[in-house]
Amino acid sequence: MNIYVLMKKTFDTEEKIAVNNGKIEDDGAEFIINPYDEYAMEEAIKQREEHGGEVTVVTVGNEDSEKQLRTALAMGADKAVLINIEEDVEETDQFTTVKILEAFFDDKDVDLILAGNVAIDQASGQVGPRLAERLNIPYVTTITDLQIKGETVEIERDVEGDIEKVETTLPLLVTCQQGLNEPRYPSLPGIMKAKKKPLEELELDDLDLEEEDVEPKTKTIDVFLPPEKEAGRVLEGELDDQVKELVSLLNKESKVI
Amino acid sequence: MDFDLTKEQEMTQKMVRTFAEEVIGPRAIEIDKEAKFPEDIFKEMGKLGLLGIPFPEAYGGSGGDTLAYALAVEEIGRVCGSTGLSYAAAVSLGASPIYYFGTEEQKQTYLTPLATGEALGSFGLTEPNAGSDAGGTKTTATLQNDEYVINGEKCFITNASYAKTIIVTAVTGKDQKGKNIISAIIVPTDTDGVKIKNEYDKMGVRGSDTAEIVLEDVRVPRENLLGDPEKGFKQFLYTLDGGRISIAALALGIAQGSLDKALKYAKERKQFGQSISSFQSIQFKLADMAMEVELARNIVWKAAWLKDNNRAFTKESAFAKLYASETAFRTANEAIQIHGGYGYMREYEVERYLRDAKLLEIGEGTSEVQRMVIARQLGC
Ligand SMILES: Cc1cc2nc3c(=O)[nH]c(=O)nc-3n(C[C@H](O)[C@H](O)[C@H](O)COP(=O)(O)OP(=O)(O)OC[C@H]3O[C@@H](n4cnc5c(N)ncnc54)[C@H](O)[C@@H]3O)c2cc1C
Repeated sequence: MNIYVLMKKTFDTEEKIAVNNGKIEDDGAEFIINPYDEYAMEEAIKQREEHGGEVTVVTVGNEDSEKQLRTALAMGADKAVLINIEEDVEETDQFTTVKILEAFFDDKDVDLILAGNVAIDQASGQVGPRLAERLNIPYVTTITDLQIKGETVEIERDVEGDIEKVETTLPLLVTCQQGLNEPRYPSLPGIMKAKKKPLEELELDDLDLEEEDVEPKTKTIDVFLPPEKEAGRVLEGELDDQVKELVSLLNKESKVI
Repeated sequence: MDFDLTKEQEMTQKMVRTFAEEVIGPRAIEIDKEAKFPEDIFKEMGKLGLLGIPFPEAYGGSGGDTLAYALAVEEIGRVCGSTGLSYAAAVSLGASPIYYFGTEEQKQTYLTPLATGEALGSFGLTEPNAGSDAGGTKTTATLQNDEYVINGEKCFITNASYAKTIIVTAVTGKDQKGKNIISAIIVPTDTDGVKIKNEYDKMGVRGSDTAEIVLEDVRVPRENLLGDPEKGFKQFLYTLDGGRISIAALALGIAQGSLDKALKYAKERKQFGQSISSFQSIQFKLADMAMEVELARNIVWKAAWLKDNNRAFTKESAFAKLYASETAFRTANEAIQIHGGYGYMREYEVERYLRDAKLLEIGEGTSEVQRMVIARQLGC
């Protein structure tokens, strides 16, 4: 089976994030593999262990993305591809990423593509489905179970806490949800072997794309942090008065009713 | 000069940090309280290749280096001193001597199961009457029909109750000057006459197994002699030099963990209407702690680097062990102070850090012994 994993480098949202001039500051941010992509990685390795084949992990990013790709190789991917757009592209959006990936997959023989359900930075959840549309293959999002039986694929997906069972066929794109598996830690021998595995680096040129072809279709106007949470207020006095005060505050001050 | 870690070292650090935070950290209080060796955690560490970091793949190792190993020890020490000590002792004392001095056959037979984490190893040097003065070993091993017959007693031996093999130091004869010749012998723990008891009730590193060993007419084949029969003493000095880097790394982990907890707490705790981190006296404590932690890290990494590059590292590993262990003790102590009364409570963990840190000023050569080693290196 030819298995591909779409992986994104994101900043760690559990670490401190600084915004400056409508942009998230790269300096000092911790970068990690998008956690949902770790489920995709783990599932890819599991499917390969069961059905044989090869796992290739692909990322659209910059030079620094090599770190996350090496980690994916250490987890057990066979090959990695870094599509480095640092030099060519200033602004990107989901269209950009899909366009680039579409060009990459153009000459590939694909059985299964796995992606994360969303990336925790932008949280659009668009790249997987849009890519599947462009490649003209079926896709299923937010999956929590994947069984491949010949050409048939049985899937369970998370629908707002309920489970939906879906049957489909290969080739296929899925996006992975928490609960699908427990991503493994890269083992020490895995880490040491990772440096000997192939990591191919491509640029727009190698995919026959021009800068104009991948220009974003959307424009980011501003990026800002949510307002700091203010201290709460404890109302005092008779219960009836408290209720009245609360209603009045909700009405006049926070204007929710 | 290059302070960057390699990609492999960085990945090792990150992986072990995640593993330590997710798997070991949540159990650290229980491990200490119940003084229970976390055997299952060591099984998992074995599967991840952590017990074989500095050994080649040919012997079941991971083919990493001393620095990667030191990073792993630091990350584990940051969440649990007990697990950290047993880990450092298993690799540096239980397995490393076989790698340094063993024959090809000994490596295949004895190192491989230790490197893969299938089994644990111990190093039995200390005796009731021979601690800092390791040359004062009383245990004897006499050759009889191609077998060593070993008699004696060892104390404070890490991991012995869970070990498959113990490297035992013993007097095997006298040289021309009439001085004792000390050799190291590999003793499988299931050999007749080996009795192991772990009845110590310890101040810290309570989840690390520490045992007493009685050897009574223990017979092992002559081939179990490790390395040069005449140079056993030199060999264990070399082993201890290497082991000191890992104890220093463990101390560094405890110091870093103490700093992390103190800093977080200082920012959250409010008194007199403000975070206690806005008080200069607390800030100065934190500044000193951060500085000492970083200085300890520099010397730990340097000692590891020297060893990896086949340079002399006796002096630097003693610097590292001495400075990092004293830093760990001071930092843990200040972390408690910053936590006030809460710091005195088990739940906040810094009191455990102090109890664990104290061992590091004693084991693998006391602070006094480190100063003696350094002074000797200075030519005194
Ligand atoms: C939890 C734990 C785990 C251990 N694990 C192991 C292990 O796995 N294997 C092993 O072989 N040993 C192990 N040890 C033993 C440890 O290495 C010894 O305890 C240590 O070397 C000190 O020896 P001692 O306890 O006999 O103290 P002593 O040597 O009696 O020292 C007592 C005091 O005198 C000082 N002193 C001694 N000689 C001098 C001198 N010449 N000049 C100045 N001061 C001096 C010491 O610094 C110390 O302060 C362990 C100990 C503990 C507590």
